[in-house]
Amino acid sequence: MTEQPAVREIPEPPVNPENRPYFEACAQGRLLIGRCNDCGQHHFYPRVICPSCFSNRTEWIPSEGTGTIYTYSTMHRGTPVPYTVAYVTLDEGVTMLTNLVDCDPARLAIGQRVRVVFAKTVAGTSVPMFTPA
Amino acid sequence: MSIRGRAYIVGAFEHPTRKAPEHSVAQLHAECARGALLDAGLDRRDVDGYFCAGDAPGLGPLSMVDYLGLRVRHVDSTDTGGSSYLVHVAHAAQAIAAGHCNVALVTLAGRPRSEGSAGTQPRNYGAGAPDAAFELPYGIATVNGYGMVAMRHMHEFGTTSEQLAWIKVAASHHAQHNPHAMLRDVVTVEDVVASPLIADPLHRLDCCVVSDGGGAVIVARPEIARSLGRPRVRILGSGEAPKGQDGGRVDLTVSGAAWSGPAAFEEAGVKPADIQYASIYDSFTITVLMQIEDLGFCAKGEGGRFVADGNLISGVGRLPFNTDGGGLCNNHPANRGGMTKIIEAVRQLRGEAHPAVQVPGCTLALAQGTGGQLGSRHGSATLILERE
Ligand SMILES: [Zn+2]
Repeated sequence: MTEQPAVREIPEPPVNPENRPYFEACAQGRLLIGRCNDCGQHHFYPRVICPSCFSNRTEWIPSEGTGTIYTYSTMHRGTPVPYTVAYVTLDEGVTMLTNLVDCDPARLAIGQRVRVVFAKTVAGTSVPMFTPA
Repeated sequence: MSIRGRAYIVGAFEHPTRKAPEHSVAQLHAECARGALLDAGLDRRDVDGYFCAGDAPGLGPLSMVDYLGLRVRHVDSTDTGGSSYLVHVAHAAQAIAAGHCNVALVTLAGRPRSEGSAGTQPRNYGAGAPDAAFELPYGIATVNGYGMVAMRHMHEFGTTSEQLAWIKVAASHHAQHNPHAMLRDVVTVEDVVASPLIADPLHRLDCCVVSDGGGAVIVARPEIARSLGRPRVRILGSGEAPKGQDGGRVDLTVSGAAWSGPAAFEEAGVKPADIQYASIYDSFTITVLMQIEDLGFCAKGEGGRFVADGNLISGVGRLPFNTDGGGLCNNHPANRGGMTKIIEAVRQLRGEAHPAVQVPGCTLALAQGTGGQLGSRHGSATLILERE
């Protein structure tokens, strides 16, 4: 298995008023998750109304950007560049969809420690991805 | 209000085409509707309820009711992806029980094969989807989403690629008898695991076909069902359950069938062990494995052992499944396999499946669908049907 090329064109996320703070933080190299000040639960993806208790007393909080691989799959066919989708469970307890980059896909494993890195989309928006820690 | 025994599936039709570049999608819907009415022995003017999902062109039931020339007093366009049509049958039974209609027509059609659709293309339900910003950049397609589900199942339960392959092997044993099936060659476990790896750990032969076509079913109240000269398929129970990421508490080891299944069994008053034939949604081999566990045909984590050694092959194993060849070998019209799951269950209960795969004395069947993506968010729907 060869090193995963870093030239995949990353599609642009549809940024809207509700999710804009997330992408503004990404541009500064910070990963945000949602926290509810009523039930205390973290959530992902972040949203204004808490998905756990439906409170509107939610806030954005920074994640440490570290976690473990919950699952992953490398696409080998039907794509100009192989790439790896994954769910990463952050140390704050929420699990997020992402890509695993700067790694040999053949050497990945569920449970492996990873840390966040930021990649640029085709339009220059920063999005969080993960690489082996 | 229970729907148990309140309505019957009186007509079913699977379009014979698997490639229809010269058809419009609306035309395919109409041909399926016509086929199901002929099968039932009903007239278009008998239809007073119409059901369709996101595959219907235009403004769903408004465009289609007008195009089909229907005069209806009840419509439903519930869209839970490929499981929609099982939900529609349940909703039609509810509407009939409540007196909102007498004869409900459900149609599905699409041309993904002619339009160049592939499971390796990223899924996009529009920029307004609240999850889109957090998922589109990562290229979650269909096959790698299910790949992640299979990867986690293997990690937690020791499931192997060879066990998954048995699901395709069983489907191929059935498809050899279906003249309309896209893939009619019997394959072996070795063939499946030696086919090209598409998205870890799924191989090409772990995937369903991409086909044009469609299907339709007709649901009617008991008095109408009894007036028709066809074997009667009674709706005993149903369940529906959407499942998502639960605010970041992602658990890919369980599908919505863990909720829709028990609801359907309870309403029907039967147990998994009573089921003689099962249509189980088979977008990928792992899809079948997950639902078999979640429906209670075996314990969670035991699916790999359950499906091995031909246990899903009619005449061989304990749980004959998808005797038309399923989505894995026969047909997956509009990339939505729920309709064909209902149709083959109806064939089995009527004794109209191919003689080589017909379950002898089949009186109790289950049809199970999922739609959307097991790897992100999906709908599950279960129907339990009885030959009266
Ligand atoms: Zn809360």
